[in-house]
Amino acid sequence: MALSNEIIQNKLIEKFGEQVLNFSTASGILSFESSKEINLKVLQFLYEEPSLGFTFLTDLCGVNYPDNIGAELVVVYHLHNFSENIRLRYSISTAVNETAVFTASKLFESANWMERETYDFFGINFVGHPNLKRILNVDEMDYFPLRKQYPLEDQTRIDKDDEMFGRG
Amino acid sequence: MEHQSHITLPKGSIEKTTTTLNIGPTHPATHGVFQNIMEVDGERVVSTEQTVGYIHRAFEKLAERRPLYQITPITDRLNYCSSPINNMGWHITCERFLKIELPKRVDYLRVIIMELARISDHLICNSIVGVDTGAYTGFLYVMQYRELIYEIYEEVCGSRLTTNIGRIGGFERNFTNTAFTKLEKFLNEYPKVLKEFESLFARNRIFMERTKGTGGISAERAMNYGFTGPNLRAAGVDYDVRVQQAYSSYQDFDFKVPVGTTGDNYDRFLVRNAEMYESISIIKQAYQKIQNFKGAEAEVYHADVPEYYLPKKEDVYTKMEALIWHFKIIMGEIDLPKGQIYSAVEGGNGELGFYLISDGGRTPFRLHFRRPCFIYYQAFEELIKGGMLSDAVVTMSSLNLIAGELDA
Repeated sequence: MALSNEIIQNKLIEKFGEQVLNFSTASGILSFESSKEINLKVLQFLYEEPSLGFTFLTDLCGVNYPDNIGAELVVVYHLHNFSENIRLRYSISTAVNETAVFTASKLFESANWMERETYDFFGINFVGHPNLKRILNVDEMDYFPLRKQYPLEDQTRIDKDDEMFGRG
Repeated sequence: MEHQSHITLPKGSIEKTTTTLNIGPTHPATHGVFQNIMEVDGERVVSTEQTVGYIHRAFEKLAERRPLYQITPITDRLNYCSSPINNMGWHITCERFLKIELPKRVDYLRVIIMELARISDHLICNSIVGVDTGAYTGFLYVMQYRELIYEIYEEVCGSRLTTNIGRIGGFERNFTNTAFTKLEKFLNEYPKVLKEFESLFARNRIFMERTKGTGGISAERAMNYGFTGPNLRAAGVDYDVRVQQAYSSYQDFDFKVPVGTTGDNYDRFLVRNAEMYESISIIKQAYQKIQNFKGAEAEVYHADVPEYYLPKKEDVYTKMEALIWHFKIIMGEIDLPKGQIYSAVEGGNGELGFYLISDGGRTPFRLHFRRPCFIYYQAFEELIKGGMLSDAVVTMSSLNLIAGELDA
């Protein structure tokens, strides 16, 4: 039986109940969220449950939503089941002052550098990571540049304020 | 009397039985700016640590303040051996996000350019593997044919390496007859050269002994390490984005997905070579399909999306309305819809993905590039551990690592 978004959703709800939430489908990809405490359990279930088989971690990245108080930082996992050819997006969120998240690098070797990159740019602290240090930026850097609080342009410039980019 | 040394050695350096060797940041073997700090025991590699980031340009941060069109030139600089694929991958992401339907002819024109880019990418990679095993001739010889590809780019978009090719919705101009003549010349001349190139290497004993059994990886480990593209296929997994999530009408073409078995340097070489033949076949099919268009259809080179497709240059210079639209589009004065999308294309060295999050502003709220070689380069230590140093160099080049893509 071909795997579909509904089957995945039902299996997840069956296993985790109300701990997995906010299911939605955008551009054909099912997305859902959970609390950050169970991220490894969810990933492992998706990996090991034979009928799901999400054994390929396509992408892992961070996002910063400064306005979501208590859930400012988000980690997004894109998973892929090659044999059924179906993608899945899973995200967890964490507070900006409490950035510990369990590492997925034991499950996926590929998560190693992607988590380092996410740490480097967002300061998300992956607990249990074998080598969590900066990867693209210099080691001496003392901030996490992709957080929204660090503006790109020189703030004394008035010709390029946020209003011009549609969010004043 | 005790001997006084002028040199103070670091603590523990006398007892150390291995040698630390830096390959890079700039070294002929890296073919780009990245570093490997290797511990070698004689000529055996004990361990290695890869350092990347020397040409990090903060593309993801830059993209948060740039409207869609200003991001295209950024994508050029990811995998600069096949820039058109990156450009079109980005445009395809935008089109999917904005729900723009493309005419078939545009798709086929894109397929031609993307497959040419794939050939030039694989050509560089395979000939560099040749250089690193001691055969410079192949590299120098095939450069002539990459030049033919670059001439086609030049005819279509005006530039050669960082192409910035195409628009959201199609191409900036129709392909000229000269472009098609150049394409025909390439299709006539290149297959013979590729055959010659293949016969220089594929059954060459020295080359086989240098590449067979070195830098190998199993299919399972390759998947766990996030391999994609020719490197994953060489390990025996037939995953190809062109087949699995067809974009730009790839479903209309008949082509094979070559796979290897052992995932070693030799298999990677063979897979890339076989893919070049498939690319030639795809280009021929696309060219045939383009010639079959008749009448007005045969002149279509972009979709009708005035909000995102730039007006004609003549109009911009002579008409007020067109000038205003040109400005509005370039400066991105059109709000994007809210939402998010992950869209991927088969790049020269793997799945090139764009994860775009929009909050309804004029620029992406967040744009993440899934850069294939950044992800699979992690496996380098596992690939070369316990092997010879000279094999590590070949492995590095056969992985097709492009510094621009590693660092973004």
